[in-house]
This record gives sequence, structure tokens and C-alpha cells, in this order.
Amino acid sequence: MGKIYEILVEIVGPEFVSDFPEEKYIYSMDPGTMPACEPDFVVMPGSTEEVQKILQAANAQRVPVVPLGAGLVLSGLSRPLKGGIVLDMKRMNRIVEINKLSRYALVEAGTSQGMLQAHLKKHFPDLKHSAPDAPPPATIAGNVCIHGSGHMSHAGGFHSDMLNGLEVVLPTGEVVRIGSCAISSYWNARAPLPDLSGLFLGWAGTTGVITKLAIKLYPNYPLNDVGVFVCEDASLVPDILYRITGTQMAEDVTAWMTPKPDWAAGFLHCNVNYGAKTKNELIWKRNLIRAAVENYIDDKTGGFLPLPGPMKQRFLEVPARQLALFADVRKGGGFEYVGAIMPVELFPEAYALGLDIADKLGVSYSMGCRIIGLNHSMMFFYAYAFNRADPEDIARAQHALEATNKRVVDMGGVPWKAEAPAQQEIIGKMDPNMFEMMRRVRSMLDPNGIMNPGNWEVN
Amino acid sequence: MKYAEILHRCFRCGYCKLPGNYMDFNCPAYAAFRFETYSPGGRMWLLRAWLDHRLEPSRRFQEILYSCTACRNCVEQCALPKIKDELLLAFTAGKEKLVGDGKVPPAVRDCLTSLQKYGNPYGISRKKRVNWALDADVDMFSDHNYLFFPGDVGAFDSRGQEIARSVATLLTRLGISIGILGEREVSDGNEANAMGESELFRMLAEENIAHFNKLKVKRIIALSPHGFNTLKNEYPALGGTYQVFHYTQILSSKLGKLSFKDKLSKVRVTYHDPCYLGRHNWEYGAARKVLAAMPGVEIREMDRSMQDALCCGGGGGNIFTDIIGNGPESPARDRAVEALNSGAEILAVSCPTCAVMLADAVKSNNMDDRITVKEVSEIVNARLNGPK
Repeated sequence: MGKIYEILVEIVGPEFVSDFPEEKYIYSMDPGTMPACEPDFVVMPGSTEEVQKILQAANAQRVPVVPLGAGLVLSGLSRPLKGGIVLDMKRMNRIVEINKLSRYALVEAGTSQGMLQAHLKKHFPDLKHSAPDAPPPATIAGNVCIHGSGHMSHAGGFHSDMLNGLEVVLPTGEVVRIGSCAISSYWNARAPLPDLSGLFLGWAGTTGVITKLAIKLYPNYPLNDVGVFVCEDASLVPDILYRITGTQMAEDVTAWMTPKPDWAAGFLHCNVNYGAKTKNELIWKRNLIRAAVENYIDDKTGGFLPLPGPMKQRFLEVPARQLALFADVRKGGGFEYVGAIMPVELFPEAYALGLDIADKLGVSYSMGCRIIGLNHSMMFFYAYAFNRADPEDIARAQHALEATNKRVVDMGGVPWKAEAPAQQEIIGKMDPNMFEMMRRVRSMLDPNGIMNPGNWEVN
Repeated sequence: MKYAEILHRCFRCGYCKLPGNYMDFNCPAYAAFRFETYSPGGRMWLLRAWLDHRLEPSRRFQEILYSCTACRNCVEQCALPKIKDELLLAFTAGKEKLVGDGKVPPAVRDCLTSLQKYGNPYGISRKKRVNWALDADVDMFSDHNYLFFPGDVGAFDSRGQEIARSVATLLTRLGISIGILGEREVSDGNEANAMGESELFRMLAEENIAHFNKLKVKRIIALSPHGFNTLKNEYPALGGTYQVFHYTQILSSKLGKLSFKDKLSKVRVTYHDPCYLGRHNWEYGAARKVLAAMPGVEIREMDRSMQDALCCGGGGGNIFTDIIGNGPESPARDRAVEALNSGAEILAVSCPTCAVMLADAVKSNNMDDRITVKEVSEIVNARLNGPK
């Protein structure tokens, strides 16, 4: 291990390698509840070539490597469970290309959501990408890797569905291009070649290091609006969402339920975000969305909430800055959530589960979901706030998260970006042949087991 | 430690690292070093760990804290309204504890020692504080309308001295009655305060206040936004209450008295907002008003301007301690590139610290043939016929 420090310094320069206690401390944890695991080194590469050299050296010396975006995953996936190198990718943040006509962006893996958003706003104002509600320093690569979702997910699916191509450094040091970029200078599609991108999506950094990626862009309309449909009966929500998404008018459809503020308690809110080029088009879309749920309005089981201007602005803000406020609910700077990918028909059961756990464990909660595609799936989240300064409160939140994960799996959902304990829940339920295939793929790509070890493994 | 109760409330969401438009990192220390430890959230968690005895105040720890330039971007951008106003105060409290424990980087120690011994961070004899004014037509303060306060950089740094002379000359040409304290002046103490040496700050401030009060000073024009900030906001608590102006505020109110040359070449100018005028005191208009009043001047805004301006990296004593350094990713060099990308030929500043930092950056970037750093009064003086 001693020699690796000198090698890392030689590759990236002394200013971008640290084995100081301060970096080891900060990089040992993320803002969620998972316990700390210290790295031996934190390294910040500046190019694909540097990543390649680092992986070659780490592989030769069997040193674990954990790639890190902005460190905002919350479920502890970038904690180095077995020590080694945390590879902080944020120096690799160049926006390489915007292809306007084919509507894609090619970026380095450390590029943040905010940087791309600002770049498009300035240079390509009629284009946008699907930004998640993570804070703007979150990286595009990190979010694609975890099958994230965002403000165009109704129209475009998971963020991994919006991926056009990848450049990856394998654990053994080879640089691989996947998608049209494998044979062309264009990064416009993954099809029609064998789609190897799946080897790096959802694997929690256990199969390689993404260094570049291209993602789809979407029209950025000058006019935007949001409607909030409210009802009190969770059993109606799947049908409401089915009807709204069936119009294909929206860009983003989300639901949210929270006990605070008081006026929101007990109600189920469905936000429908849509945009248009003209006022007439916007009104036309609004009318179509409204018509889709007119039966519920007519029988007074639901209706659209009149939105004061500031509230509407908050709902239109991308990313939604107010979500960060949840971290201060317990005056303790902490929250973590279970995001569960599940069919929309499970909404009522999922909602009841959240209420039950919050009630039994006495945790501060917020719940909601984002619709993926045309009601093809939903990411249902259970967010629990905690006080970072209170170990008992952290334990309570951890307990709530574990209980939620377990019951989500029992219900038929799949925990998203699962913490190490939740991975065990998933593995326990998983088709054994799929898990065996994962193991084989992983040992083929990473024969020395250096990539984020401790994840997707049986304890 | 004061403000210890907010440290754990930071979620480390990272809004504090960015400007309002998210285009790039805007925390100068984080932009320069890139490790999470150097971000405002990282500092919050490190301070908490120190107080909980999970980390020692190592040299690295000290440098992380002292790399903060007190630019206030984190306060501007923090997503948590209940703690945001106290972020910078918490960092200063952390430095104060380091000072109390005798655990500061050598460069900080030397700077504070010079302030204590000489009344300035340069370690130069107090008698030389008046040297900048020897070639300028400025009197010692007696019954003048305004006390002109050049501050440390204006009094001792060669570039700062040029700026002090330029501003004093322009104020005099405008018929504004100014006088100076000369060698009686000591550091305004803003940097001592930002470096956590609150006792030294108090000592320096009280010395200045004693002179001000003895001379019956009512109004002060500060050359440096740093001095402006502390004279305006900190001195009243120590018994020194005056009308305090930054010189650009005075210039902007006297534009009607200025007569510019008829035949002037067109020039593209971008203005760099100093942190202590902008984010600390919400003054964004005065310098722009002066620049816009000059015929032939076209103002080009940088992508990060006003409350989103990137700090030059000189605040918090960094101009003296050089903890952030002048590497390729230093904020000053990044800012110089941003200024050039705006299409400007002149990077206008209204702070001697920014002037020094950004001129060095332009040189380090080998950009001196494409953009020049000029202070606002220098641009005015060069285009002036004379007072009407």
C-alpha cells in the first residue's frame, strides 16, 4: 500500500492525492445514515488516461477503487467499504460537445447537472436535459449510473434510458467505448450494436469507471406550467396517473404526500409539469390534462389546486431547491430515503406502508413518487429526516429505512440505489441465476475484485 | 466555539459551492483545491469532527480553514435559511479557536504578528504608511469633509499605492475635501477579524477610532471594500460611528461634475464585483454607474457577476498568506479567463486587493496582451477633461 501513494502522485500530481486524515474523514461517509468507512487515499484524476493508469496500478496491487461523483447518493454507495482509493471524478467536468440537431450532450463523468444546465441555458436555450431533483452539484454520470430519474422522466424514462453512449475504463485498465461512438465520431445512439452499457448501469461502480457519456436532450419550451391534482383516496391515484400520463402532454408527473405543512396533511398531490412554445399550445395541453381527470372533478373526489404564484414558481424550479429544506426538519442536517422502483398499481399499498412505518417508528417522513415513462413504472420514495448530532435519531432513521426496504421488497418493489444492507434484501429475493450471472460478469471484468468491493456481494 | 450548534445542521447539499446559475464552482477554495474538505459543507463537518475530538487541528486542517476567503458566496447560496447567515461566522469562530489554541499556519501567524507589531500585515514601519501620498496632493486630515482611508494594500503595496493616488487625485479634482491620517493610521483590522484574531482586530480598531474621534472625523471614504466593510459594520460596536463610503459611491454621486474628452476610442470593459462591496454590503451599482457614464465604454458582464461574482481569492487574509496560491485552478486565474471570455479588453476593479490578485493572474495566464486590469478611477482619469 505504501508504494501506491507514490504511483498515484506520479499519475495525477501531489496536489490531487490525499491521505490526510481530513480527506479520509470527509470521504468516509455521505450525508445519509450509513456508517463511515475510511479510504486510504482520495485521488482526483483529470483525464481518461489518468483514470486508466490509476486502475492499472490499483489492479496490479489489488487496491480497491471506488468512483465518486458529487457524493450525493445518500445510501452510502461511494463509501469505500474495504478501504482503498476513492476516485473523486469532479475534475473531469468538461462539456465536450452539444449536438443540437441530434439533441445530445457529450460530457465528462465529473460534469455536474448544474454545469450542463447553465451551459445549455446560455448556448442552446431551446435545449435541456432531464435534471434530477438532486442538488445541482450532483453529476450526470452518477445519476445515470444509478438509474436516476428527473424532470423529463415521464417523456423519456429513467436517465439510463436517455443514455446514448459511454466511455469506460475497465478495472484492468482498458478503455472501452459503447454505443455508436464505438465505430463513429457520433454519440447519437446505443442501438443497433449489442448494448454493453448495461454492464455499468445499476452496478454501484463495481464493474468499471465511466469517464465520458452522452445523454439525450429535449426541447426547452419558453412557456411552462404545472397543475396539482389533489385527492384524499390513495386507491384512486393509479387511475388518475394512468389517465394523466395517457394524454402524453406532460414532461414530468410526480406525486407527493407530507404531514407538513398542515394544509397538505392527508392529501395526495399529483404534480403535472408541461411546457409549450405558445400560449395557445399551453392552454390546449392544460385542457387535455384536465379533461383526462374530469370524471374525478365532476364527482368531487378530486380537483386541481389553485396555486399561488410563489408556490407555482417553486414547483417549476429545476432542481427544486426547497427539497433540501427537508434535511433541516429535525434541525439536524440529515435525511435519507428509500426509493423503490415499482409498478404504479402498488401506489396505495406503498403509501399505506409509509404511513405505518412512520407511525410505528416515530420518524419525520415525506413520501412521493415520480412516474417513469407513460406510467410504465414509478420511483416511490420514503424520506426520513434525522438529527446528525443525535445517534439515537440516526439509528431510528436507519431502522425505518431498513424496515421500509424489507417491506418494499416483500411488496414486489425493488429498492433503488440500495444501501449495502438493502442489497442483501434484494439478493435474497433475486433469481439465483441472475445473481450468478452478475457474479460471473463481474469476475470477468474485474478479476481481482478491486471495484467498490462489498457491494452486490453476499455477506 | 461560537456557532458550534449549527455545524451538524449542514446537509452538504452543495448549493454553497456554486453561483446562482450553477455554471461552475464559485467557492474559491473549493474551486482551487477540489477536495470536498475545502467546500463550505466540508469545513462545517470538519469543525464538528474537531470539536468532537475525532480530528486533530493538523496543518492540513488549519490550511483548509484559512483557505476560506470570507467571500460570502456560501451565505448567498445556502439552501437552509435558518443557518445560512451564520455560516461565515462559524468559519471565523473556528479560526478564532485555532488562534486561541495557537494552531495557525505559519503564514497566518506571520501576518498576525506583523499586524500586531507594525499595524500592517506587510511588516513595514508605520512611518512608511504615508509614502503613497508623497507624490499626491493630499493633506493630513484637519477640518476636511472626508477622511480618506487607503487601508493596508493602498498604503503599502506598490500597485495599491498607484490606485490610492489615482483615487485621491480624482476625488481632489472633483473638489472633494479629503485628508488622511498618514502614519497615525493602522490597519482597519478587517483581515485580522476574518482570520479569527478578534482581540487584535479590537486593538487596531480602537487605535483608529481614537484618532478619528480626536480629529472629529464624521465622514470616511474608504479605498478598499475590506476597509469600507469593517469601518461601516464593525467599528460602531467599538464606539466609532461615522458615515462611511466606498470611493465608487462618492464618484457615482458626482458624475455630473465630470467632463470627458470628446474623441475617445471605444473600449469593452467588464467589472469584477469585490466581495466586501457586493455580497457583504449589497453595493453593485456604484462602479457600474461610473463606468457606464463614460463615453465609449461598453460594459460586458461576466457570466458570474454581482451576487454571483467569483472572488479573486485575496480575502480572508489570503492576499498576504497565499494559502490558496496561484496555481492554474486558482480563483484569480479562473476569473481572469472569465473576464477575457466576456469579450472585454479591460477588467475593471474597485478594490486594491482584487487589482493585485487579478493582475498577477492575467500575467500567470499569459493574457497581458489581450486584457488589462484597471481600477475604476484610473479608467476615469484617463478619459477625463477635467472637472466642469
